Amino acid sequence: MNIHEYQAKQILARYGVAVPKGKIAFTPAEAEEAAREFIAEKGVCVVKAQIHAGGRGKAGGVKLAKSKEEAARIAEGLLGKVLVTHQTGPAGKEVKKVYVEEGCQIARELYLGLVVDRSTQKVVIMASTEGGVEIEEVAEKTPEKILKELVDPAVGLIPFQGRKLAFGLGIDKALAGKAVKFMTGLYSAFVASDCSMAEINPLVITKDGDIIALDAKMSFDDNALFRHKDIEGMRDLDEEDPKEVAASRFNLNYVTLDGNIGCMVNGAGLAMATMDMIKLSGGSPANFLDVGGGANKDQVTAAFKLITSDPNVKGVLVNIFGGIMRCDIIAEGIMAAAKEVGLKVPLVVRLQGTNVEQGRKLLAGSGLNIITAENMDEAAEKAVAAAKAS
Amino acid sequence: MSILVNKDTKVICQGITGEQGTFHTRQMVAYGTKMVGGVSPGKGGTDVDGIPVFDTVDEAVRKTGANASVIYVPAGFAADAVMEAVDAGIGLVVCITEGIPVLDMVKVRRFMQGKASRLVGPNCPGVITPGECKIGIMPGHIHKAGSVGVVSRSGTLTYEAVDQLTRLGLGQSTCVGIGGDPVNGTNFIDVLELFEKDPGTNAIVMIGEIGGTAEEEAAEFIRKNVRKPVVGYIAGATAPKGKRMGHAGAIISGGKGTAEEKFEAMERAGIRITRSTAEIGRSMLEVLQKV
Repeated sequence: MNIHEYQAKQILARYGVAVPKGKIAFTPAEAEEAAREFIAEKGVCVVKAQIHAGGRGKAGGVKLAKSKEEAARIAEGLLGKVLVTHQTGPAGKEVKKVYVEEGCQIARELYLGLVVDRSTQKVVIMASTEGGVEIEEVAEKTPEKILKELVDPAVGLIPFQGRKLAFGLGIDKALAGKAVKFMTGLYSAFVASDCSMAEINPLVITKDGDIIALDAKMSFDDNALFRHKDIEGMRDLDEEDPKEVAASRFNLNYVTLDGNIGCMVNGAGLAMATMDMIKLSGGSPANFLDVGGGANKDQVTAAFKLITSDPNVKGVLVNIFGGIMRCDIIAEGIMAAAKEVGLKVPLVVRLQGTNVEQGRKLLAGSGLNIITAENMDEAAEKAVAAAKAS
Repeated sequence: MSILVNKDTKVICQGITGEQGTFHTRQMVAYGTKMVGGVSPGKGGTDVDGIPVFDTVDEAVRKTGANASVIYVPAGFAADAVMEAVDAGIGLVVCITEGIPVLDMVKVRRFMQGKASRLVGPNCPGVITPGECKIGIMPGHIHKAGSVGVVSRSGTLTYEAVDQLTRLGLGQSTCVGIGGDPVNGTNFIDVLELFEKDPGTNAIVMIGEIGGTAEEEAAEFIRKNVRKPVVGYIAGATAPKGKRMGHAGAIISGGKGTAEEKFEAMERAGIRITRSTAEIGRSMLEVLQKV
């Protein structure tokens, strides 16, 4: 799960990570009101579009204001506008709120990020002098500029590791203590909130000698949200694909794709493999959908409705390998769903595994116009052909 | 011959009194697995179909001599259960549970350092040596004893591959599902090493998916250390970047972890790759006919 910059900064502040003062605004009037204090103190403030995507600055979503009226005008221009960044895709994202923040005098821009490193199975803290640049780009072009420290989960981030990074970044020796405090705070926030990623880009050293998070991005391990109700409450459904949100209500794993063959599969690996088979057969999948290992009739019905609600879908492929899940249960779910929502596009069903004969018999006797297949390649070919014909 | 489990493996089930635990314990018993006990804190002294239930893994091990455990404990408690099994000296811990927080697994892996236990999973179908011992949730009837080793990050996709092998008359020595989580106990290399040493395994099917670099590392290991023929498949060639595809670990992040990179690494290592899921079995048949 992702959250907005202003929410990430709220969390970080609780762990002693220095962030600029800021206020969230949903209207130009609120932005003006928020700007009043910051303009009075610093003479300048920043108005930042809040969407779940990077690259906001380059897309015109972050602007400097020298008066509260200017802040209001900027907010007016941003609110309701669709911002297209390199991370939003061509459709862009509508700005529904802006974050008004106090300005600061930047001396240096650096990068700091934390992720769980899969190979070493530890949290890794990464730092780079290339602030404001995407870390993937740095990793590709100048990997030597990325400093890394692996954190022992039993001990946590040790101050010497923070000092190594700080000195490695060439941070003024007098500021090393502040840098270490920043990093240990960030690590504490990461672990305590079950983050999957936390990124401060840029991390800024101000002319006054402060070290602050000018931007902040945090994403969280979905599997750990059960123990973080406060963070779950920060979820912004406006930022997510409506179909994916609907699927999550039924505990279905769904991802929207841009093809025209809807897929319903049990198991994540088999679901990806099914998409790949459709592509190999000359078609294109409309979605990834894993109904899980123990889906019930209701989930299958919900899945079916979700797939067929996509206007791009010209055919549906159901691929089930019954293990613990029995093929006859799946067949019943398909029949119930087809009766309820109607079958407007060709449906190809491939069943294999436990109780396959009962499942096939049920479908054959259902009176539904179902195209059956024995194997995965046959199923994909039939689905592609049927979608092209419909 | 086989790896990890055989007819003498004595298994306990952690979470045996839960719905999943009870159901799968019965399935495992029906397959012929030696289920010697179960653990369910607070329910010690009871039994499930005559299988004794204990309060702690430690007690279960002392009283039954179990050397393997299968875990069906809910995600929020599963890390605790794994560490309890490791602490009790269980040699093979198979964790089926899906949805364990990744930082819990980071702690588990740290806890396991220097200890002799092997963890398979979490978020996996388990381990099966056909005809001898099934530890997990896979449908036993699709398997057949033989000499092809199977290792995979997926559940149902593994069943698909195994089913193809069995239909072509190619039995399996052992099938290991290492699970779909980003931080897990046993990786491809661990299993490949065991298969290479196992005289009962003649060839290997390796099924990977997008996300991380485990397949690339495994391919490099195969190039250097594995003499047995390997057939490789990667799921997720059509997966978009930055989207988690069901499994917590199946995500292309920062442009890394694509199926194409993994296929290329496999080809460089001399692995016989197939881009069609439907061809896994036939590819193995061809490879074996050449040998």
